[in-house]
Amino acid sequence: MRTQRRRFRPGRLAASLIAILVAAAWAFPVYWMLNSSLLPNTVLTSTTPRFWPWGGSLDNFAAVFAEGSFWPALGMSVAITLTTVVFCLLFAFLAALAISRFRFRGRASFVLAVLFIQMLPAEGLFIAQYKLMSSLSLLNTVTGVSILYVAAVVPFTIWMLRGFVAGVPIELEEAAMVDGLSRTQAFFRITFPLLAPGLVASGVYAFLQAWNEFTVALVILQKEEYRTLPLWLRGFVQASASRATDWGQVMAASTLVAVPVIIFFMIVQGRLTSGLVAGAVKG
Amino acid sequence: MTVLSPAREQAAAESVLRRRRRPFAPYLLLLPTVAILLLALGYPLVWQFWTSTQKFGLAQQFGRPPQFVGMANYVQLFADPQTWAVVGRSIAFCLINAAITVVLGVLVALLMNAIGTISRLVLQVAMLLAWAMPVIASMTVWIWLFDWHRGVANWLLTAAGLDFTNHNWLEQPLSFYFVATVIVVWMSVPFVAFSVYAGLTQISEEVMEAAALDGASPRQRFFAIILPMVRPVLMIVTLLQVIWDLRVFAQIKMLQDAGAPTASTDLLGTYIYRLGVGASDFGMASALSIFVLVLTVALSLFYVLHLMKEDS
Repeated sequence: MRTQRRRFRPGRLAASLIAILVAAAWAFPVYWMLNSSLLPNTVLTSTTPRFWPWGGSLDNFAAVFAEGSFWPALGMSVAITLTTVVFCLLFAFLAALAISRFRFRGRASFVLAVLFIQMLPAEGLFIAQYKLMSSLSLLNTVTGVSILYVAAVVPFTIWMLRGFVAGVPIELEEAAMVDGLSRTQAFFRITFPLLAPGLVASGVYAFLQAWNEFTVALVILQKEEYRTLPLWLRGFVQASASRATDWGQVMAASTLVAVPVIIFFMIVQGRLTSGLVAGAVKG
Repeated sequence: MTVLSPAREQAAAESVLRRRRRPFAPYLLLLPTVAILLLALGYPLVWQFWTSTQKFGLAQQFGRPPQFVGMANYVQLFADPQTWAVVGRSIAFCLINAAITVVLGVLVALLMNAIGTISRLVLQVAMLLAWAMPVIASMTVWIWLFDWHRGVANWLLTAAGLDFTNHNWLEQPLSFYFVATVIVVWMSVPFVAFSVYAGLTQISEEVMEAAALDGASPRQRFFAIILPMVRPVLMIVTLLQVIWDLRVFAQIKMLQDAGAPTASTDLLGTYIYRLGVGASDFGMASALSIFVLVLTVALSLFYVLHLMKEDS
């Protein structure tokens, strides 16, 4: 849209100024998290807030690491997230192959079901899922939560991967088969490497969902020693209602939870947007 | 998404079919997905329908099997003014938040489209940061920002000449929802802004130039050209926003945990949680969950059909 610049030139400076102000307002909470995480509690509880981390240190992070409850929560989060990502990718990959490489009876209804399931809110099912896990004796377990996460994340992952699989022309595989590879060989030697970016994007999507999930975790993981990181963070906020909170430590904890997410998010952002509003943008 | 033309995709699929007729192969590939969906979503769904026709009273908490009561739970649920208060609040909250989010998102998208590369990049990075923040981390930061004692919000307002010293934002339902709205809008605007901006970049320059030459004012250009052209993406984004703003469980729960009264601030998600996990009234909780599911499916219908069109 280069030409638009010419047209808006009189107002461009003003628009840029507004843009910078909006950017500052939007980034402020993230900045404030980092800023507070570096400042000691004595500064944070003084009457005037300090807007720059002068005199800051990593003490809050050290305190979070030293405090016993971070590591088990990290362990739970990592275990659940990895399990979810692995199984979600595997299942979604197979299903994406089925719907983009085959025409079969029930294909349309499967796609329809997947798209609807993708929209179901955890709030509408978590009581029933709680009872299910309780009857399977899977409350407070990695397995229990992972099963629910895979089911919640797999539909959109299939939808994402389907586009990638369809993007690899079948002719490539056929050419390889003409050259003497078997169908399986052709698939793994030709198509699979081309799908790597799609698998990475979908894997990161599944990672983000599982790492950030709160609702299901809250219901299934009720014992303190089995909390994931989001539940562990919630513990601090709960405590803040009744007694003085060390906000520096809470912000250090939030930073630790948020940083990997922000990095991974940057990787998939583009694909996530186009997947959600598929077709609407290109019209 | 990329990108075979539908015709080509179909031709490709047919050529596979022609070569090798193995009708069971796709079903085999779908098996794991179907199995886990049936276990984790299908079974709970059926259980929930069944349970919504059962009575869970005090006796059941002491081990008596629940009693079949037909539609009595639904009748009782919707005869209760508390239910309607929660439903009304949820729908109002959802619509107001979605409206504010979409309007602000469109404005930010227009802004991105109107400025130079550098300021646009700054704006996009800021939006991405807010978007990428995990919900719970965002909630802790916002609760700290609105902290009654040492929060920056109170300090800034006090510095601006209003007395907000030690003002508790979460005590009153209205100011509780105001804080919730600020947070939800903050985390939702980036998605709308990026989607609409992507739509804006698709509008051809020739059309805009022709309109300008013909003397269309910026206002006219917006309403007569830009808006109709981004209408498809705007509709999808608005719909998704409405659906997402119905499920603000994590945000409301965290704000309640930070010291708000629950009864007057409950929305659908937290109310179901309180009925089910708090009071073990699974019959009522299931009935209300079914209501939420029906509402979501009805709202999703258009979106899902739109995506299906993509698929064929």
